Amino acid sequence: MEVLSILLEWGPYLLGGIAVTLGLVLSALVIGFILGLPLALGQVYGSRPVRALVSVYVWFFRGLPTLILLFLFYFGVFPALGLDFPAFVVGATVLGLRGAAYQSQIFRGGIQSVAEGQMTAALSLGMTRWEAIQSIIIPQALRISLPGWSNEYPELLTDSAVCYAIGVVELMTRSSQIVSQTYLTMPIYIACALIFIALNYGGMQMIRKAEERFAIPGFGGTAVQS
Amino acid sequence: MKGEYILRVENLHKNFGDREVLHGISFDVKKGATLVFIGPSGTGKSTLLRCINQLTEPDRGKVFLDDEEITGCGARISGFRQRIGMVFQNFNLFDHLTSVENVEIALLKVRKMKKENARAKAMEELRRVGMADWADHYPAELSGGQAQRVSIARCLAMDPEVILFDEPTSALDPELTREVLEVMKDLARSGMTMLVVSHEIGFARSVATEVIFMEGGRIVEQGPPLEIMNNPKHPRTREFLGRIEHD
Repeated sequence: MEVLSILLEWGPYLLGGIAVTLGLVLSALVIGFILGLPLALGQVYGSRPVRALVSVYVWFFRGLPTLILLFLFYFGVFPALGLDFPAFVVGATVLGLRGAAYQSQIFRGGIQSVAEGQMTAALSLGMTRWEAIQSIIIPQALRISLPGWSNEYPELLTDSAVCYAIGVVELMTRSSQIVSQTYLTMPIYIACALIFIALNYGGMQMIRKAEERFAIPGFGGTAVQS
Repeated sequence: MKGEYILRVENLHKNFGDREVLHGISFDVKKGATLVFIGPSGTGKSTLLRCINQLTEPDRGKVFLDDEEITGCGARISGFRQRIGMVFQNFNLFDHLTSVENVEIALLKVRKMKKENARAKAMEELRRVGMADWADHYPAELSGGQAQRVSIARCLAMDPEVILFDEPTSALDPELTREVLEVMKDLARSGMTMLVVSHEIGFARSVATEVIFMEGGRIVEQGPPLEIMNNPKHPRTREFLGRIEHD
């Protein structure tokens, strides 16, 4: 009974972490998308120096553990640039930069699996290469990428807990704080785990909906035979 | 003599590595003519078409559209391509767009037409190829013949001066071939200038103003269809025609 009353007492504080965690995840998804798509385009269509630059970026951000990246940016890169960002901003940025590296590779795969004839046909109609990329290649590449891209959400959700290390008061940080106040180690961490599972499930449901919403015959095995 | 020929091709050469695919091709096309290119596969017919709208860049030689040089025109190539339509063996319809969207996209993005004008024009072209009832279907929902007719409509929407047909019926069975050839015959009769790479001898016989027999990257023989079909001068032409007519 005592456990229950403690949980009820601290519940609102713990649940308040949902907004912070989702804030981290959504910011990182958006940053990752905004940077990841141009990175992918650069890697497929760019000149040799551009392709090399993208490769270095991807190699760097995929090659280091999230925790090290967080420390490097929180204690090193941002202070060196004279930027005094709150931990949340650093966390979202680092997760986003890292996500961009992963997303760029998902989109690159999507772009490369658009049939070559699509570009040829677009050019033959008098589109410039850039017009063809915008109106023909990207819309198809994004649809092809969606299933792979949807993995980014659970990846980021679980990764976001590492922001605990730089003091972002998200779910994990709050759980630890409550544990140190109440010594109810397992009940609190189990509650925290259940919240993560619920967020994961809810997010994936929304992604499913989006996949159905953007489904087109001929993409992803939904072809209709006439 | 300006204006006599809509399209002129002068001494086109193209190599892929060591392989010489086009070996000095020259011909002129009068407005409203239908040229049918025949010959064994791998003799550079498709490469020739792609060199005309510079999808493949020729190594040497010139192409003129209405006396303006296309070859080496740099960024102006998009402008020329708007005036030269192309129909592909595999249709190459945009898979994420419905039939009508396929036809209107270049009107919107290239011609910058207003949405409702582009839609009206696209529907008109779909009607012309008998595909208006399929306007809202995606390419994956169409038969090969229907897809090819939509791709012809997509081409026509740009009001091209010349259309290049790169083996437009090779991926189709005889029944579907017929429906595509009907559309092409109507186009030829309406005065469209057409360059057609095809093995459809019947089409060549009934519609072509000129048949060009190519082999080994060269033009072996050219002339009016009946002359080439009934009385080929070159032994290679005779041999080739004999082989196809037996098929």
